[in-house]
Amino acid sequence: MTAKSPGTTSGASSRLHPLPVRLMHWVNAATMFIMIGSGWKIYNDEVIFGWLYFPDALTLGTWAQHGLLWHFFGMWIFAINGLCYLTYGILTGRFRRKLWPISPRELIATVRDALRFKLGHDDLTHYNAVQKTLYVGVILIGMTSLLTGLMLWKPIQFSELLALVGNDFQFVRLVHFLCMAAICGFIVIHVSLALLVPKTLVAMITGGPRVPSAEPPVSPSLKPTGPS
Amino acid sequence: MTKIKRFPSLFRPQGGVDQSVLEQNKGLVDQISRRGLFRGTMSLGALTMLTGCEWGSDGSVEQGLLAVSRWNDIVQGAIFRPDHLAPTFSAAEVLKPPRFNAHYEIEDVKPVDGRTWKLEVSGLVNDKHSWSLAEMMSLPQQEMIIRHICVEGWDYVGQWSGVNLRQFLERVGADLRARYIAFRCADGYTEALDMPTALHPQTILATKYAGEPLPDPFGFPLRLRTSTKLGFKNPKWLTAMEITNTRPGTFFGDQGFNWFSGI
Repeated sequence: MTAKSPGTTSGASSRLHPLPVRLMHWVNAATMFIMIGSGWKIYNDEVIFGWLYFPDALTLGTWAQHGLLWHFFGMWIFAINGLCYLTYGILTGRFRRKLWPISPRELIATVRDALRFKLGHDDLTHYNAVQKTLYVGVILIGMTSLLTGLMLWKPIQFSELLALVGNDFQFVRLVHFLCMAAICGFIVIHVSLALLVPKTLVAMITGGPRVPSAEPPVSPSLKPTGPS
Repeated sequence: MTKIKRFPSLFRPQGGVDQSVLEQNKGLVDQISRRGLFRGTMSLGALTMLTGCEWGSDGSVEQGLLAVSRWNDIVQGAIFRPDHLAPTFSAAEVLKPPRFNAHYEIEDVKPVDGRTWKLEVSGLVNDKHSWSLAEMMSLPQQEMIIRHICVEGWDYVGQWSGVNLRQFLERVGADLRARYIAFRCADGYTEALDMPTALHPQTILATKYAGEPLPDPFGFPLRLRTSTKLGFKNPKWLTAMEITNTRPGTFFGDQGFNWFSGI
């Protein structure tokens, strides 16, 4: 092997988004279409809100049973992919490096800057406080949707879980629905911002810039908190 | 370029594996692989049988989804807890009358005459005599107040009483090692249970709702109620049951709903 490129400072380097992260990201993106589209089909059979039906053109599956078949296929991919992602993020330290800590003061400042369109995004390798909040938030919501999905699928076999919420099946159904709504909201923001800063989208395909693989956790105080 | 020296695995035995044991047991090894091949062919055959389904297009996507649904049957069977009781509720929470659902409207229900009604019992069972309503009512009765959950997403609490199915199966000398029980209904509806669900303590042949004989739309004179299945797996207006090892087709299962549909 030849020498390392002079730019790298220490030891081995890897991409901003290593291959496993990119694979899991796109598998999950495809699974979201399956789960949300089929979920809307299932929802239409017994709506929670009388004013809300999802247009058939936006749902997945011809009839309710096909929506159910898709949903109970997609759940395996969502669950297995999601658990792999959580395991990877914890074991490699990626979550700790990229998503932690979240400073409330920085969060407020970033939101303010974003609303004034003054947000800097020259450094893709550093997530600002809003990004961290959204990513941590959507991971927690994804876990909640998996858990409530399990409670809806097997309310008797896992009746101990349902007992934690007073045996209220319709409450679990509502939470499962709200998780979907929150994930839809996340997708709108996430995709909009990715399209506004296309190099972030490219990075999730090619891997993005090289970064030191064992980057030590950086104190937020050492980082500039938004443009001057 | 330097030649890379390939190190053998640390776990590789120094002297290599002793091959003589394979020679000594050649017959057994051949037999095992033949059996495996046979079994593999059988399961491939079982998968191709899925292509015979009626609904949807001829696409392979549907076949794949149905194969996953069969896999989900296996998973549900594996996580089923035979002695785990569903939560029960107080009489004050019971919905009266219960919520009606069928593949037709409540106005189209054709009432069954309880005086001439019979329940046929067939298949892997000793006593194949048909049961009258009076005979069913003379058996020990069990009451349970359980949640009914529909595949559509709604639920209600219902109070059901009738004959415990396990006790009934024991009484008629059914083969409890059989795999399935198929049900046929007065309106042509068909359903089926796996044996572990049939033997669950909260699976009954119900004759009453909220202490009164079943109203016509809810299955008079006899229906199935089990606490561990979705609503459509609880057939109404039962006329026949068969204990069998052949997986029975079911009204909604044949249309692509999950066969096991446990909750």
